[in-house]
Amino acid sequence: MTAERPIRVLIAKPGLDGHDRGAKVVARALRDAGMEVIYTGIRQTPQMIAEAALQEDVQVVGLSILSGAHIELFPRVLEELRSRGVDDVLLFAGGIIPEVDVPQVKEMGFSAVFGPGTDTNDIIEFVKQHAPQRA
Amino acid sequence: MDARALVEGIVRGDRRALARALTHVEADNATGREVLAALYPRTGRAQTIGVTGSAGAGKSTLVAALAREERRRGRSVGIIAVDPSSPFSHGAILGDRIRMQDLTGDGGVFMRSMASRGNLGGLSESAGGALDILDAAGFDVVILETVGAGQDEVEVANAAGTTVLVTNPSAGDEIQSMKAGLMEVAQVMVVNKADLAGADTAVAQLRALLAIAARSSWEPPILKAIARTGEGVADLVDAIDRHQQHLRDSTHAVDERRALAERQVVALARAALHREALVAANANGALASLVDDVALRTRDPRSAAEALLVAIRRAWTAEREVRP
Repeated sequence: MTAERPIRVLIAKPGLDGHDRGAKVVARALRDAGMEVIYTGIRQTPQMIAEAALQEDVQVVGLSILSGAHIELFPRVLEELRSRGVDDVLLFAGGIIPEVDVPQVKEMGFSAVFGPGTDTNDIIEFVKQHAPQRA
Repeated sequence: MDARALVEGIVRGDRRALARALTHVEADNATGREVLAALYPRTGRAQTIGVTGSAGAGKSTLVAALAREERRRGRSVGIIAVDPSSPFSHGAILGDRIRMQDLTGDGGVFMRSMASRGNLGGLSESAGGALDILDAAGFDVVILETVGAGQDEVEVANAAGTTVLVTNPSAGDEIQSMKAGLMEVAQVMVVNKADLAGADTAVAQLRALLAIAARSSWEPPILKAIARTGEGVADLVDAIDRHQQHLRDSTHAVDERRALAERQVVALARAALHREALVAANANGALASLVDDVALRTRDPRSAAEALLVAIRRAWTAEREVRP
């Protein structure tokens, strides 16, 4: 298998909501598009997510959140990433993020926000186009 | 970061350098090879443990439990967990971290997930290199978890000092089918999920199989464990420690180390040869036209393979002549 190197993606769910159907659908779609997806399960703390991103040296981190705590939790994830020197990952978000919050989430450093009803092909295209090179 | 910076970072204990070096090793690129070559003299200090067994046997849960017990004993732990790549999309879902969530925040643990990327021996081609990197980084214990393996995915034995085979109660037929392959490379056997019915029967079956196996200076212990609760895991770590001690003390230790080195070199050379041969076979269209002949049944596969070898040798000779 000397085909092009697969993109490595971390899909994580910060916070306390236990619904990961959406995260799993995205993980599966990215896998079927030829990517290697590290899925860490529900109820992840910002430290756990950042540490997993560091150890796995992923190019992309996708956060799924349905609890409404994105404005509190996302900056803490970013802070944990930054404190570990992880400054070269592509970030995207999904789940229930109200339209009015999207500009603020993007300003934090998330390149895209994918809400309910998103075509998974759009997510695949986005990741393929923007994932930073690694090795 | 170039290879030198990565090596310096790893020696210093920089986890980000370690993570990035593993990426290069997995990509099998020039930087990765340089890092491996530079760090190899620092390897050989860690206890290396391979954990294998069929899909669903509880390997990930057991690896997490093992890591917890090693941490309790004050040892730092590196983990490489290999999951299968899809043969169609080449993508993979790497889910081993789910069972190791509580270890993620522990500075004495470093865990890396790898996809098998088309390799069929139970590991990925670069898993052995990744293990060396973690060894050189100074982890006291390095655990290598294979994909779900059944019979002859025995590569793990070429990479790790102690191979642990994980099986389950009521896996009777499976144990029967294990007579060759995995059974022979395991130095410690664990019947996991031992709270289920049939655990003692499984232990007895393993014991009966071992009784007819060839004798060696090490008799593989057969243990029961419940990885989910941690029951039996301390005994497992004791058994692994005893085997590692045996490796050091054995009068054959030097021979065994040499045999392992030979298997590693041969396996890597074989993989490289395979890749280069495929390139040569495709270069002049020889493979495609031979495949056409066989598909049309105007030629048999054996003579086609021989003709392909001739074509490969010719391509290599031509290549030698071009270069002065």
